[in-house]
Amino acid sequence: MSKTNLAYQETFDCVQCGYCLPACPTYKTMGKETHSPRGRINLVKMAAEGKISLSELEGPIDLCLGCRACETACPTNVQYGKILESAKEVLQEDRRNRMPKRVKMFQSFFFNRVLPSDTVLTMAGAGLSFYQKSGLQKATRKLGILKQFPENIASFEKILPEVAGPIRTKSRVQRAPVQEVPTYSVGFFTGCIMNTMFSSINALSIKLLEAAGCEVKVIKEQTCCGALQNHSGETKITKELAKKNIEAFEKYQFDFVVNSIGGCGAMLVEYDHLLADEPEWAERAKNFARKNVDISVLLSNLPLPFKNEIRKTVTYQPSCHMTNVQKRTNEPLELLKSIPGITYKEIPEKDMCCGSAGIYNIVNYHESMDILDDKMEQVKKVKPEIIVTTNPGCHLQMKLGVEREGQSENVQVVHLVELLAKSCEINV
Amino acid sequence: MDRERLIDLMGEIIPDEKRILTDQADLYSYSYDASFGFFVPDIVVQPKATEEVAKVMKLANQFEIPVYPRGQGTSLSGGPLPVKGGIVLDLSRWDQNLEIDSEDMVAIVSPGVITGNINAKAMEKGLIYPPDPSSSNIATIGGNLAENAGGPRGLKYGVTKDYVIGLEVVTPEGEIIRTGGRTVKNVTGYDLTKLIVGSEGTLGVITEAILRLYPKPASTQTLMALFDDLVDSGRAISKVLNSGILPAKMEIMDQASIQAVEAYRPLGLPTDVEALILIELDGHPMAIADEMLKVQEVCKEVGVREVKVAATSEEAEKLWRARKLVSPAIVRVKPTKISEDATVPRSKIPAMFQRLKEIKDKYNLDLVVFGHAGDGNLHPNIIADKRNQEEMKRVEMAVEEIFTAAIELGGTLSGEHGIGTMKAPFMEMELGEVGLDMMKRIKQSWDPKNILNPGKIFPEIGQRLVLTDE
Ligand SMILES: Cc1cc2nc3c(=O)[nH]c(=O)nc-3n(C[C@H](O)[C@H](O)[C@H](O)COP(=O)(O)OP(=O)(O)OC[C@H]3O[C@@H](n4cnc5c(N)ncnc54)[C@H](O)[C@@H]3O)c2cc1C
Ligand code: SF4
Ligand code: SF4
Repeated sequence: MSKTNLAYQETFDCVQCGYCLPACPTYKTMGKETHSPRGRINLVKMAAEGKISLSELEGPIDLCLGCRACETACPTNVQYGKILESAKEVLQEDRRNRMPKRVKMFQSFFFNRVLPSDTVLTMAGAGLSFYQKSGLQKATRKLGILKQFPENIASFEKILPEVAGPIRTKSRVQRAPVQEVPTYSVGFFTGCIMNTMFSSINALSIKLLEAAGCEVKVIKEQTCCGALQNHSGETKITKELAKKNIEAFEKYQFDFVVNSIGGCGAMLVEYDHLLADEPEWAERAKNFARKNVDISVLLSNLPLPFKNEIRKTVTYQPSCHMTNVQKRTNEPLELLKSIPGITYKEIPEKDMCCGSAGIYNIVNYHESMDILDDKMEQVKKVKPEIIVTTNPGCHLQMKLGVEREGQSENVQVVHLVELLAKSCEINV
Repeated sequence: MDRERLIDLMGEIIPDEKRILTDQADLYSYSYDASFGFFVPDIVVQPKATEEVAKVMKLANQFEIPVYPRGQGTSLSGGPLPVKGGIVLDLSRWDQNLEIDSEDMVAIVSPGVITGNINAKAMEKGLIYPPDPSSSNIATIGGNLAENAGGPRGLKYGVTKDYVIGLEVVTPEGEIIRTGGRTVKNVTGYDLTKLIVGSEGTLGVITEAILRLYPKPASTQTLMALFDDLVDSGRAISKVLNSGILPAKMEIMDQASIQAVEAYRPLGLPTDVEALILIELDGHPMAIADEMLKVQEVCKEVGVREVKVAATSEEAEKLWRARKLVSPAIVRVKPTKISEDATVPRSKIPAMFQRLKEIKDKYNLDLVVFGHAGDGNLHPNIIADKRNQEEMKRVEMAVEEIFTAAIELGGTLSGEHGIGTMKAPFMEMELGEVGLDMMKRIKQSWDPKNILNPGKIFPEIGQRLVLTDE
């Protein structure tokens, strides 16, 4: 792997107009062009031309959230995602050559084994939460790599959800009686972290889909979507996971593959980009990507049996993956607004990333907290009683934000699905 | 002076070391703007107080180090490029003060405030800040003042210079002066305010500005007119303006821009018309309803193919979308956009269109034309690929001819983007030897050591327009 693998040609699409600057959270909080989209694209170009070294590129790329708000803002359709992924991949390769062995071991363990493995995560899920007591945390402790982030972990410990264990294809999901002719046949994508930390949300999602008339199946052959690996520049592993998922879902005749995790959804809909240059996979990836939708896309088109009014002031923090990659901005919002009784208030600059961004908030804790504090300034303006998210990363981050503001008593953070279920009197 | 020492001395001026940037990655990030050219500075500093700027200028003077003020680097003419190395003064972080005084109807702002935010805040109090360059959501007011930026509303409301009544400026020698004040009327001495506006950061660093605000118009209405013949559209523009109506905006798109938009995001525009005009009227609803009828009449008289009037604000937005989509639409085929702003007297618009068509054919280039029809400020845009050196050579020649055409038709090199490095070689053509020399003398008396934004406006001996990396 070398500099030539940087998406050099793509950088020429940037006309350096600066339209993306106001959309970029790190430009705002870090205060220099170096941490702006325009700056990062230029630095990738400079590195490809050999004008700066890879180690000089590293900081600006590591501190990018990957929220891709810049892509949405760009008038000339610069493929920032592609440029960023290429830089991450090249840097990861470069780092692998320099990295201490222990860290290498942990990373490879985490990405190759922990995330995709049902057993490890299921073990972890047997009453244990992800960071609190999981095998992952033990593994990381043993390897000592998280020692440098004591504050981070302490912060997250407070906000972790109660873990109910992952969905078991058989025992957990009780099928609600499906109407005679199901509207759609749906394959449910559980997601590995979601299924461990937020399994109740998956369970509620399935029940809601069923209540709306879909036939839902959770297939065992599915695996991790690969998003976290991809964000860390582990393209090879990501591709393998993608192929496994494509193969798994191809065996069934689903109308849709549905997930309730913005981050995974974003990865799944981009499998076609990921595998574009592998002839035997490109078409299959395209078909798979097309079938993948966020749960809000289906539910906003189907009738839901609302029963209770929820008389609360509610706001919505969209996930970047949903807005800038899946490009679903209306569906979740319309769905939220359709809940009887709620008063919806919009957060100013709601499309700014909350700073969670995969594992960014763990790795770049202080930078992430600056971004979060900025976000909470905006949230405070609308005084919500409930903050709705659609992604576990955002969910935890917003909870942390509420905690940092000392508002845990007054402000609840929930997944959209939880609120819908409550109003429909659907329980886990 | 060596760089280490410069960094040390800077540390004594700027208390917060985070605002002194010296890493390679940082320096490379301040080496460009939205135009052409690439120059790496020695250091970047981010002042947030007038005193800091004054001290930096004094230091720079003492050691004769060039200093380049910079806003958000959206200049299309090379204005903030550190062409001779030295210090980039990044003023974009200095956006703390944005005060709207609705009684005096003025805004008082720090130099890094984003222009669009001034208008947004004024609107909260029923006022507007009219200058609306299309970059208003990204560019700083300091950059707008230095370039005397303008936008579609310039037709009725004028440009940046018409709204500045007072400035605080740090001179190239590091002295702090105030020009003008808070009153609209002020004839005390030379008008230094207007001299600084449009001086492209070569005469002083703007550290604060006092801007006039206007009452917000009660309502607006939009109309789109489609013409089979470009010359007819030119006649329509003149006739509307001569009929006693002054639209807030009057924009034109040529056939190539319409076709580009339709190929990119089909809006249902006919691609066989030669020109499209968008007109926005603002004022009292009854007055503009009446004017709207008159505009339609005039268009019919000159043989318009079709007129569409927006019934709602959503419809108006839809009509304006065509204009907004031009920029992204035209870079779809090739990535490099050379955006010019040569301006001609209004009556010469059809003639200018003709000249542009000839230039396009002669050099076999993708050239589209759109822009502010009402004030003759056209935006001929050439679409090319920076990596194709042969093509870029043709672009250089075409651009030279565009400038010549504009000046021959009684117009000017630049309506709003400024001279910077890009148009410096053509200055004498427009101003003549003496005209240019009078400007140089002003520069010399303000900046005897030529350290504030050197290499801009005035051509170096033998300087030519270069768009290729040689
Ligand atoms: C997509 C796009 C659309 C545009 N549309 C328009 C348009 O419609 N109309 C228009 O007029 N322009 C337009 N521009 C050009 C550009 O946005 C303007 O020239 C703007 O005023 C530049 O502001 P900036 O903050 O980016 O300044 P910069 O580009 O950083 O600097 C511009 C000049 O101002 C000087 N400067 C900056 N701040 C100060 C200060 N505080 N004191 C002294 N000098 C200073 C710099 O030295 C430089 O010479 C457009 C640009 C782009 C990329
Ligand atoms: S992905 Fe997000 S953080 Fe990264 S450059 Fe784009 S807007 Fe900024
Ligand atoms: S908006 Fe797009 S073209 Fe403009 S600077 Fe950003 S990435 Fe480049």
